[in-house]
Amino acid sequence: MTGTPWLSITTFLPLIGAVLAMLMVRGDDAAAQRNARWIALWTTLGTFAVSLMIWRGFDPSNAGFQFLEEHAWIGNGISYKLGVDGISMLFVILTTFLMPLCILASWEAIGTRVKEYMIAFLVLETLMIGVFCSLDLVLFYLFFEGGLIPMFLIIGVWGGKRRVYASFKFFLYTLAGSVLMLLALMAMYYHAGTTDIVALLKPGTFPAAMQTWLWLAFFASFAVKMPMWPVHTWLPDAHVEAPTAGSVILAGVLLKMGGYGFLRFSLPMFPAASLHFAPMVYGLSVVAIIYTSLVALAQEDMKKLIAYSSVAHMGFVTMGVFTLTMQGIQGGIFQMLSHGIVSAALFLCVGVIYDRIHTRDIDAYGGLVERMPIYAVALMVFTLANVGLPGTSGFIGEFLTLLGAFKASTWVAFLATTGVILSAAYALYLYRRVVFGALDKASLKTILDLSPREIVILAPLVILTIFFGFYPAPLIDPTASSVQKLIADTQAGIKLAEGAAHQVATLAP
Amino acid sequence: MLTTLLDLLHGPLKPEIMLVTAAMGLLMIGVFERDERGLVVGWLSFAFLALVGFLIAYRAWNHPGAYDSAFDGAWINDGFARFMKMLVLIGAAGALLLSFAYFGDVGNMRFEYPVLILLATAGMFMMISAGDLIALYLGLEMQSLALYVMAAIRRDDLRSSEAGLKYFVLGSLSSGMLLYGASLLYGFTGSTHFRDIAAAAHVMAAGAPNIGILFGLVFLTAGLAFKVSAVPFHMWVPDVYQGAPTPVTAFFAAAPKIAAFGLLIRVLEGALPAITGQWQQIITFMAIASMLLGAVAAIGQSNIKRLMAYSSIGHVGFALVGLAAGTQDGVQGVLVYLAIYLAMTLGTFAVILAMRRKGQYVEEIDQLAGLGRTNLPLAALLAALMFSLAGIPPLAGFWAKWFVFLPAIRANMYGLAVIGVLSSVIGAYYYLRIVKVMFFDEPAEGLEPMPGLVRVVLGMCSAFIILFTLYPAPLVSAAERAAHSLF
Repeated sequence: MTGTPWLSITTFLPLIGAVLAMLMVRGDDAAAQRNARWIALWTTLGTFAVSLMIWRGFDPSNAGFQFLEEHAWIGNGISYKLGVDGISMLFVILTTFLMPLCILASWEAIGTRVKEYMIAFLVLETLMIGVFCSLDLVLFYLFFEGGLIPMFLIIGVWGGKRRVYASFKFFLYTLAGSVLMLLALMAMYYHAGTTDIVALLKPGTFPAAMQTWLWLAFFASFAVKMPMWPVHTWLPDAHVEAPTAGSVILAGVLLKMGGYGFLRFSLPMFPAASLHFAPMVYGLSVVAIIYTSLVALAQEDMKKLIAYSSVAHMGFVTMGVFTLTMQGIQGGIFQMLSHGIVSAALFLCVGVIYDRIHTRDIDAYGGLVERMPIYAVALMVFTLANVGLPGTSGFIGEFLTLLGAFKASTWVAFLATTGVILSAAYALYLYRRVVFGALDKASLKTILDLSPREIVILAPLVILTIFFGFYPAPLIDPTASSVQKLIADTQAGIKLAEGAAHQVATLAP
Repeated sequence: MLTTLLDLLHGPLKPEIMLVTAAMGLLMIGVFERDERGLVVGWLSFAFLALVGFLIAYRAWNHPGAYDSAFDGAWINDGFARFMKMLVLIGAAGALLLSFAYFGDVGNMRFEYPVLILLATAGMFMMISAGDLIALYLGLEMQSLALYVMAAIRRDDLRSSEAGLKYFVLGSLSSGMLLYGASLLYGFTGSTHFRDIAAAAHVMAAGAPNIGILFGLVFLTAGLAFKVSAVPFHMWVPDVYQGAPTPVTAFFAAAPKIAAFGLLIRVLEGALPAITGQWQQIITFMAIASMLLGAVAAIGQSNIKRLMAYSSIGHVGFALVGLAAGTQDGVQGVLVYLAIYLAMTLGTFAVILAMRRKGQYVEEIDQLAGLGRTNLPLAALLAALMFSLAGIPPLAGFWAKWFVFLPAIRANMYGLAVIGVLSSVIGAYYYLRIVKVMFFDEPAEGLEPMPGLVRVVLGMCSAFIILFTLYPAPLVSAAERAAHSLF
């Protein structure tokens, strides 16, 4: 391993940008706003460039953690430890990739308190990258929950009409889930004497009886974050009220922390409990897929519709992850990455027309294709990717997770597949109402097509959506060996737990 | 006689003797020099507090494990005492700094005021070092009497006088209960020394729990619970916090609470370790009740000082969680908690003192509306303090909670821990509400610029809570050593 601490640089570069913005930018006049925007843009671009170094130096054949860094911190087994493996590396890239787009999307949409806005986003980026890089439970928790503060402010200060309600709901819901995880984390620390994730990943660290409770506590946190039905209700509110870039980050990165948590903690550390609770997760996932798809069908608000569709798509992820098959887990990871691109793009598309007309009501639109042909094409690509059409990245993830589910239970796969049909229904219905039809609304008569800035934002997303639809290997190959190790460790853990149970049974008279 | 006195002066009691003589001397200066504005006496008091702090730190630095005692063990100066005394000194000095700014505005600071702070501090030192029931009571009363007067220091202000009177009446009641408990303990064990009580209780606890000792424990704990303002002995807190002048409230929230916690820990761990199982039940109940009441009752408050009163009740509950574990880790957790809480509460009161409009102090939360636009640095620091009080990482408040819940988990007190963290979620609501008022609401009229001294206190406190995460080791290991000296 080279001496350069790439992960620390990637993680804390945005924070340095935030401090720079804090110190250098004074006042809130046009010049100050411009400076704040440029500082944020260059910082996020720089971070993206640095994070590409991680991808370049990443060895896909190595199943363990790479780019390890470790420093003394609290002592007594709690240290500052960073590292990535095949599961987490791509999420880091996803985060750094989406951030410059978010800054660009807020370029004109945010006109007040620009400096504070950019600082909040940069701090948030540091915390998000930290979540995926941490190899210490306490450090992970610090980043995981610290992210609530900037997001709370972003929704509350720059959000829509019901922003106060939405921000409080977001904060308290997520906090309630994570404090239980905090207690579980303390119990793990007490039991194992360390919070080093690498050490805790060793199969058989926790006895089966303890696993059940720990699993439930972690589930409380990740299920809210994911979000899974029935604790998803904060998401539509948060999405609708957040500014466009806030929604993008929420859908693109923050939701993925739940899925990442399941993969990093729940499966390998509590394998017996994961096996035990898998049917429950299937049940909740299928309900999420079908129920929230139906709810999405009935929405009048574009952002709300996409929010509910996010819940449904995350249902595929949880289903795939808990099948404990290669296809299911790789599909789950791919689905998260693809959803990170596609849902982010959909929110950006909503932001484009919201900036022009200032409403998200579907009824206020219609016939946009007449005046906005480029926009119509971009939105079509993302809509079809959201449906999961072959040839778009959405297909690969859904197909793989369904394949995994089919191995585990045909009924789960059957019910989940109906979700694909429903997603076609609501997505195409949305597209028809917004883009097609007659252009007879007065407010739309003079609407302009995408500006160069908006094309710069959406073009990479269009390209990636189609590229990964045809050639998913760049996102699948790096994960392969780590996922294999994950499955092997989990199976070993299940065997150990069963062996222990068997031993108890034979010892009993 | 004289040599004994001189020995004392050079002995371990030096800090206490210095504080008391300084208080007398400064009183003389105040009277004869006609120090109307209290500035000379005030700054001299500050200098003495700093000097005493230096002496204690010097001793701790040179002899980390030193165990001094005087008066046949009635007065103990161990690592634990030194740690707590440093906290008390920081609280007293911070509150004194805030007082200069406040009394400069509302009229002159009487020179008695800094003298009272010195006397109260001496009383608190006595409490923290108590190794005997008599010493305990002496320290407690010396502290309390000074505090009663301080609450009523603005005697022309109705609410200030009311706060002083309420505090006095209820405080006397609690002293009575405490004395009753102490007398029971003495009666059943035959000694006032913690050491001997522990030994006697140990012998008696071998059989069935002795009912006399249990009664003594209950009354003694009730009296001390009043001083730390734990539920159900919390009724006085909101009224006194609201009525007393703001820097006095800051002092109440910071220093005496720490001293009372020190005393509680000394009594429970020093005199009654034999019946740990019994007092754990009491502490657990008080912890749960305080956390829940602190979380729920603060929601409806519109006055920020009242809100801080309920918040402090909640925080006492969290600190008691560590004590309830009944282990060395638990005590270490309490110490870390108190140190961090001290910074958070002093910082918050510094902000409350910055809430001035047209030369008048305002205390309604709504008056902070839009502070994020009119005064961003102040709003950002208060927001950091609020998130820290709510226990959100990476701020110091999170670590405070971490170090008290960890021992509770180790002691298998899962129910207590779950109730605790859930009540911290409820409590987060009202901290968030302050952030909401500052950042989400439309701006009201701006506040006046902060006085320099308030700025210093606020800056130091918020720097501590924001940067603590980066280098927590010194405080944590100091607390560990301090807790170790009790076990």
